[in-house]
Amino acid sequence: MPTFWLVALLIALAAAGFYGGRRRAIATAAGNVKNLHSLPSYYGYHVALSAFVPAIAALLVWLLAQPMFIETRVSGMIPAAAVPESSSIGLVMSDVRRVAEGLDLAVEQGLLSTREARNAVAGEQDLRALMGEVGVALGSEVRPEVLKTAQAYRNLSHAGRTAMTVVVTLLALGGFASAYVRTHKDFRARNVVERAVLALLVLAASLAILTTVGIVLSMLFETRNFFGLHSWTDFFFGSTWAPNFRGGSELSILPLLWGTLYISFIALLVAVPVGLFAAIYLSEYASGTVRAFAKPLLEILAGIPTIVYGLFALLTVGPALADLFGKGGLLGVEWMAGATSVLTAGLVMGIMLIPFVSSLSDDIINAEPQAMRDGSLGLGATKSETVRQVVMPAALPGIVGAVLLAASRAIGETMIVVMGAGAIAKFSANPLESMTTITTRIVSQLTGDTDFASPETLVAFALGLTLFVLTLGLNVLALYIVRKYREQYE
Amino acid sequence: MTDLSQNPAGAAPRKHGGSLLEKSPHTKKRNAAETRFKAYGIAAITAGLIMLLVLVTTIVGKGTGAFQQTFVTLNVELLEAKLDKKGNRDLADIKKVTTFGYAPIIKGAMEAAIEDLGIETSLKSKELAGILSKDVAAQLRDYVIANPDQIGQTVEFRFLASSRVDGYLKGRVTRDSIVNDKNISAEQLDLVDSLAAAGVLEKTFNLDFIFGADASDARPEAAGIGVSMLGSLFMMLVVLALALPIGVAASIYLEEFAPQNWLTDMIEVNISNLAAVPSIVFGILGLAVFINYMHLPTSAPLVGGLVLTLMTLPTIIISTRASLKSVPPSIRDAALGVGASKMQAVFHHVLPLAAPGILTGTIIGLAQALGETAPLLLIGMVGFIASNAPETLADGLLAPNSAMPAQIYEWAKRADPAFYERAWGGIIILLLFLVTMNTLAVILRRRFERRW
Repeated sequence: MPTFWLVALLIALAAAGFYGGRRRAIATAAGNVKNLHSLPSYYGYHVALSAFVPAIAALLVWLLAQPMFIETRVSGMIPAAAVPESSSIGLVMSDVRRVAEGLDLAVEQGLLSTREARNAVAGEQDLRALMGEVGVALGSEVRPEVLKTAQAYRNLSHAGRTAMTVVVTLLALGGFASAYVRTHKDFRARNVVERAVLALLVLAASLAILTTVGIVLSMLFETRNFFGLHSWTDFFFGSTWAPNFRGGSELSILPLLWGTLYISFIALLVAVPVGLFAAIYLSEYASGTVRAFAKPLLEILAGIPTIVYGLFALLTVGPALADLFGKGGLLGVEWMAGATSVLTAGLVMGIMLIPFVSSLSDDIINAEPQAMRDGSLGLGATKSETVRQVVMPAALPGIVGAVLLAASRAIGETMIVVMGAGAIAKFSANPLESMTTITTRIVSQLTGDTDFASPETLVAFALGLTLFVLTLGLNVLALYIVRKYREQYE
Repeated sequence: MTDLSQNPAGAAPRKHGGSLLEKSPHTKKRNAAETRFKAYGIAAITAGLIMLLVLVTTIVGKGTGAFQQTFVTLNVELLEAKLDKKGNRDLADIKKVTTFGYAPIIKGAMEAAIEDLGIETSLKSKELAGILSKDVAAQLRDYVIANPDQIGQTVEFRFLASSRVDGYLKGRVTRDSIVNDKNISAEQLDLVDSLAAAGVLEKTFNLDFIFGADASDARPEAAGIGVSMLGSLFMMLVVLALALPIGVAASIYLEEFAPQNWLTDMIEVNISNLAAVPSIVFGILGLAVFINYMHLPTSAPLVGGLVLTLMTLPTIIISTRASLKSVPPSIRDAALGVGASKMQAVFHHVLPLAAPGILTGTIIGLAQALGETAPLLLIGMVGFIASNAPETLADGLLAPNSAMPAQIYEWAKRADPAFYERAWGGIIILLLFLVTMNTLAVILRRRFERRW
């Protein structure tokens, strides 16, 4: 774990820099702190920051850039003829990485010497068996060109590692030395440190942008690969979801979208009336004591992890519904084949969303000016008439926003549908049938053995991007509505 | 005034007629509507609370069983002839005896125990051993390897009973439900009844569930959540170490220093959008960036922690900003007035005053991260058995492990219903953690919150 030790070294250097810088500053002021431009600790921070920050930044950039650099260099080494018909350069590259990793492990465990690993020739030894011994399973024999590329890959990454260690250490020592030399009683340490800290604060705040860019880019990139392998018309306008790992899959988002929207609709059917009436009661009728008890209790429902709801759907609600509607059930009908169904997932998700709808609506109803209620009550309307005819119409945009936010939560919810909704993609209006959703398929396509060169795996990124765009659109719309409405009374 | 409203004479007849003291049908209708509307509200709240109650009782009712486990106390004679044929106590030779070699010893111990107790049974010795867990042979072997000097002696052991026997004692398995079960027969249950009556077989508190490791599909009775708890702990360490400083730094910038420009606007929009992005999308990001691109190890708590950090950052930023905002400007002005720089005013005065609020927000963010499952599925924290507790910090961060919610999901997926009990039990532990964290947050808020 050289990176770990490198970071430890940097931290140690920074700590040493703090004390060294401080001591030197005091020494240049002849022991009298009043002669210093800044407080002594600022001189310490100055040395520590100059030693630590550039070096750690270089380390991070290097760690990010090295794989990309090596990948492009090495993949150029594979001759086009070496890529089998049925395969792609990406697949060969993943073989290369596996072989390189296997060689590394073999050296580490003493099965190969460093020299043997560097000079191994395919066919001479049973490399596949050797790899198997160190826990790297290969699908076929190691081909000569793959082995050669893997060795180049290893050499490059080892050289990169070494260069990284050297560069980072030099940067840290250089930063330390230059800051230490500059430390003097007249040096404006506080101003420099404060400027550096401000830059770090800006960097931390920009991480939010970076994350969004990361999400969008990682998904866009793989989605582009997916559309290179699979027709986009089938993805957006096809009617069947039938992934087949031997090729010829039909991967259409429409049946998944149908399942997602259907389950979300049922969830909202449960959550909106219950949540809305709960909010109205809590804000308009309930006494202080009831409110103080009921509101936090309802909000517990929002704090329960979704895995708990998932288990509840799978093991309690599903079987209970099957006992009612299934074969030999209480109602004597055979409408339900198994425990998983749209209704199972929808009901449980509805429970989860109740506090979401209720607390948002509660806030919105409470934000209504009291004068409107007083006016209506003064004209002789009952409380319910006031709520229905005055408060609700005014709060409607906000409530629509709250419902949209809840819908976006429902569409992006994963665990409940993974455990409660089933795995069959189809168009059906029967809520007792099991159906599948976008999030469920993302999980199933990306877990287990995945091959990042097949459309069956890459489709998950296209699904993810669609999900991201869908939820983002709903959120932006909801926030727009809520904000626009709020302005009316402010 | 009073006359006006109560003087029917001369005024136009009331629209609906009748006395003022008597409610008109219209008023009755309106009042009924009012009562109905109020009832809807009460019904909605009751429905919500009932659902909460059902959820909690289901969890407690189904999960508490996991904290108890059936054990069989047996005297086992560690036969020298079977375990150390050469008799030289050489550890290498003792290790050569596989768990299969221990099976006859266990069968012998069962037979001896039944003979001692005077229980009549027609079961063969293999079926006798069937009421014990498949884990027993390994347990015995580990003991012998650790204590080779005990070979040839008779030692008392506390063995796990098989999951069916355990289920029988807990009422999950009944004589009707085992008709087609190959793993256990009615005669074996008779034997279990007599053993339980004799006190050899008993249900006790199961510490191994809390601190143990997961077990394979065939041994639900041996599965525990301890190792995945450590996985969660390491992930939370990563989240705390990254999300707290980054979140606080971002909030300080946005709240105290940021000028009104397009960059600030963009950051704000991004933060509020990230807060609403489905968690699975963060999993896709983690898979694409940390695993496929940076080649960090799959299933490592470090990767899980990084993904959860990105996920919790918006929560922490939003709450930190709120608590920074609640510190009155007079504090800043006073600090600036006595000559502090802006940075000093913020770091020396505003930040300490906002600390309780920041801490509360961080704990709530951590609680949210602790219960999150979906992104962990994509970075491979399910689907294998985390059997060893990590020994070092680097091991804990980089060695494959599971996390509590991922472990619960893993158990829920398995076929044997004995694992479901474990899943519910795991949920009790998970919820205990969450309740503790949230209570801590509430206490912190109550204790340290200042109204200015």
